[in-house]
Amino acid sequence: MNHAILILTLLIAPLLGFAFNGLRFRSHNAYLAGSVATAASFISFLCSLALFFQLKDLPPEARHLTSRFFDWIVVGDLRVPFGFTVDQISAIMILIITGVGSLIHLFSIGYMSHDERPSKYFAYLNLFLFNMLVLVLGDNLLITFVGWEGVGLCSYLLIGFWFSDPAKAAAGMKAFVTNRIGDAGFLIGMFILFFTYGTLTYSDLLQLIPQVVESTWTGPLTLAFLFLFIGATGKSAQIPLYVWLPDAMAGPTPVSALIHAATMVTAGVYLFVRLSPALIFAPHAMEVIAWTGAATALVAATIGITQWDIKKILAYSTVSQLGYMFLAVGVGAFGAAQFHLMTHAFFKALMFLGSGSVIHAMHEEQDVRKMGGLRKYLPITHFTFVLGWLAIIGIPPFAGFFSKDEILWQAFSSPHGSKALWFVGALTAACTAFYMTRLMALTFWGKSRFGKDVHPHESPPSMTIPLMVLGLLSVIGGWVGIPHVLGAVLPGHPSNLFEGWLKPVIGHVAHHEPNVIMEWALMGVSVSLAGLGAWFAYHNYLVQPNLPKAVAAKLGPVYRAVANKYYVDEFYDRFLINPLIATSKAIWLYIDVNVIDKVTYFAGDLVSGLASFAKTVQNGKTQSYALYMALGVAIIMTFVMWRG
Amino acid sequence: MPSTETILNVGLTHYLALSAVIFSFGMIAVLMRKNVIVMLMGVELMLNAVNLSFIAFAKESGNLSGHIMVFFVMTIAAAEAGVGLALAVAIYKKFHEVNIRFFEHLRG
Repeated sequence: MNHAILILTLLIAPLLGFAFNGLRFRSHNAYLAGSVATAASFISFLCSLALFFQLKDLPPEARHLTSRFFDWIVVGDLRVPFGFTVDQISAIMILIITGVGSLIHLFSIGYMSHDERPSKYFAYLNLFLFNMLVLVLGDNLLITFVGWEGVGLCSYLLIGFWFSDPAKAAAGMKAFVTNRIGDAGFLIGMFILFFTYGTLTYSDLLQLIPQVVESTWTGPLTLAFLFLFIGATGKSAQIPLYVWLPDAMAGPTPVSALIHAATMVTAGVYLFVRLSPALIFAPHAMEVIAWTGAATALVAATIGITQWDIKKILAYSTVSQLGYMFLAVGVGAFGAAQFHLMTHAFFKALMFLGSGSVIHAMHEEQDVRKMGGLRKYLPITHFTFVLGWLAIIGIPPFAGFFSKDEILWQAFSSPHGSKALWFVGALTAACTAFYMTRLMALTFWGKSRFGKDVHPHESPPSMTIPLMVLGLLSVIGGWVGIPHVLGAVLPGHPSNLFEGWLKPVIGHVAHHEPNVIMEWALMGVSVSLAGLGAWFAYHNYLVQPNLPKAVAAKLGPVYRAVANKYYVDEFYDRFLINPLIATSKAIWLYIDVNVIDKVTYFAGDLVSGLASFAKTVQNGKTQSYALYMALGVAIIMTFVMWRG
Repeated sequence: MPSTETILNVGLTHYLALSAVIFSFGMIAVLMRKNVIVMLMGVELMLNAVNLSFIAFAKESGNLSGHIMVFFVMTIAAAEAGVGLALAVAIYKKFHEVNIRFFEHLRG
């Protein structure tokens, strides 16, 4: 089939689903709404598969299917086509989005079956899918930005889906406003790129920048990437704008899985992988990205250790894993970043859905202190959760091991990397193992701590089937990216298919000769760190349950700082938000009321005063008008006679 | 005391001065009085003042165009008086008074 039709179908199917459910948003029929939405998503998935196989049949250098439907904006030098491109990067993205998206739609049918407004929910979910596809398929920055804003809107609508709770509505608002700060950075970055290079189309930019970069100053390029990175810190929850993501857990759990774990939050990573052939010419920007990513990874992981809400733990884990992806981007390991994006989408979506299943079973209880021993009540959820757990802490041969190990190795060996970056990454890996094991121990293992009146039950098949599929993907998803040193000793010598697939479209940094022994050693270190972290957590929370309290008491202020999320929210409130509000209030009361208002009032009074004077001329009396005429004639006559 | 010659020797200037005076009376009547009939009379005065000017100029220049113009003006004046009086009668029938203020509905 023609690829233009496929792309169009891919985009329009969720849009139609949105229209269908959006127009009958009062309906309470969760099964009809959910089936339509899931079908729409599944049609998109089929189109993605078809496009992927079309792409695979092309020679590696020619793998891009572009369809430009019309010129969207033509102003002066700015020419923005309404075009979409499927290439190696976006093919992977659309497969993740529609594949994981379809599973989450399916899961939602069960999860939202008792909700009051299921049609609205599924309409938003489909709209999100559409916008996300626009984001990754757009063949220029502006179309991407349209999708970027669209997913932000859907994120806001879905976080605040249960808006009758003010806290949840506020969480949606916080996400929206925080993202808006990032979006301003994205816009400025786009302006700089257009101002410097005169185009916003990816293919033109990526062709032009390497050509001109040697003869021109790269300052604007670095600046543009730094501003785009501000945009990415908003959308992808990095320091300093990550604060909205933990609060975003107020939304329904499948939303957290789809938007705040698997797809939307990876948009920033996608953007940088997409622009990576140009990014390598801005090494300073890369350094900033690498360190921001590493710092975010570690900070979020340490906060994750102290949280008690099952979804908050997963949220901080997501922030931390996104930090890994940016670490990879920053050290020039773009393939690894994209790879981790994919594996993370699998196992984190799995764990969010698993937590949704747990919450569903526990009747909306999210505090892990009130769970425990759920293994025997929720066998399928537990089993799939274990797969996700092993994947995220990086135990071979689960998916997370390959991607995380690739990132750590690149952080160590890349010319942009350093031992310090590797160390932060490895430390984060240990923390990740610790808090994920803690989550497992508190939720599924040990003795149950919930009341007698709670009877947890396994979820219906519409919820467990997605879990099983994602569980399978969490196991085998990493096998497409087996590193060379490992492939060399495995039977059949599997090569790194994923890197090979992405190679023509991502940037490459010059590499030293790979040090095989070092790579093995580091692999061993990271796996043992993960094992150590997991064992330590197991020991702390199951063997000696009193130990964590003792440790927390001993650490005192440090523990309190971490448990209170390093007081970042308080810091923002105190030093940014409240001063801003105070300044705005002062400006309103003194400048607005006293100056601006008075000037406008004066202008109004002046006009009406003059008018009331002039108004007396028009009194409606016929004879007055006749008098004016006579006076006028007299004046004209005098004038004529006076001139001679 | 001016001589007889001076008195009898009435020139163009005198006619025009008289015409201006009559015209001013007529205009004052139109602008100041409230009675519609008096105003119509004022209009007649203004028209006839103009007629006087026409005749004076015609005689001075020996040109008949002025006389012809006067006939036109008189015709139109007659028609105007007819219309004006009809309006006055209509107003009187309605308000039992012929005051110009009944026409003052022009205020914006």
